[in-house]
Amino acid sequence: MSEIFLQIDGKEVKARAGMTVLEAARSAGISIPTLCYHEKLEPFGGCRLCIVEAEVRGWTKLVVSCVYPVEKNLIVRTRSEKVDRIRKMIIELLMAHAPDAFELLDLAKEYGADRDRFEKEASFCIHCGLCVRYCAEVKKKNAVGFVDRGIRKEISFIPEIAAKECWNCKECFPLCPTSALQAAFVLTKALISHPPSFESGSEC
Amino acid sequence: MDNDRVDHIIDKHQCEPSSLIQVLLEIQSENKWLPKEALERVSERLQVPFTRIQHIATFYKAFSLVPKGRHGIHICMGTACHVRGATRVLDTVESLTGIKPGETDLNMNFSLETVNCLGCCALGPVMEIDGKTHGKMSPAQTADVLKNYE
Repeated sequence: MSEIFLQIDGKEVKARAGMTVLEAARSAGISIPTLCYHEKLEPFGGCRLCIVEAEVRGWTKLVVSCVYPVEKNLIVRTRSEKVDRIRKMIIELLMAHAPDAFELLDLAKEYGADRDRFEKEASFCIHCGLCVRYCAEVKKKNAVGFVDRGIRKEISFIPEIAAKECWNCKECFPLCPTSALQAAFVLTKALISHPPSFESGSEC
Repeated sequence: MDNDRVDHIIDKHQCEPSSLIQVLLEIQSENKWLPKEALERVSERLQVPFTRIQHIATFYKAFSLVPKGRHGIHICMGTACHVRGATRVLDTVESLTGIKPGETDLNMNFSLETVNCLGCCALGPVMEIDGKTHGKMSPAQTADVLKNYE
């Protein structure tokens, strides 16, 4: 197991090969905000909030730290003026979808984001994919997935699987960064609009 | 579409999960749309979660999850066709078939779609029916062409 030394915010950090910049930073006690990261799941790089400045051989580039592997002599800046400006923009865009999410409100306060900058399209989902990936990778049930794309992309439960599995699990609800209610709402909708006629194990 | 046909297509791809899109495309071209039963069969045989199939089938415009008519009409709405009167061609087709873009009529005769460019702007306004291109359409010509496809 090879060890790699890199610099994060001026601090010398030791990391294992194959770690991401985000993991290295967290292990050194440096916090980077995330919405789509979960330690049990594969990195997704969906929310882009963990963006940092990475300097390699004098060249600075913006990278998403949750999917960027550590490398030797890397210099990372997690709070530069540019990074803060981008994060502020990302938060403002996400708040058009989920204006009252507590996690976003806290982040907005920290980065000075304006909650009402963009016109509201409150779908309450910011496409972090936590519920979808948790169901597929940890529970291996694949009861919830994404449908459609672009501005119409949303999560959708498969009624046949949901009727059997979800009632006793519901572990995706607390993962939701916007509100635990979003997944609950979509699940209820899936179960009501297509009543599972002969499946056992559903009490609804 | 019966299970045998679906099985035949899946067998052709040796039950390879990475051939999922090819399998879906073949079902789509043979059946004009993807029935839920067929997708469930594909999910079962290829060992791909149904959520993943649903994601892919809704992602690409080439796939349809609703039944399509026998004839697919595509009307070009690109800039060149637009300035040469594509809107009037579309209006004629809409009034003759009684359907709007994205819809299929009750007799399953026609499905109407608008597209952004068919790549033959010199022929504008262009209408494509079942892959056959009809160029330089006027509303009157449009009606004549459509009569051949009842």
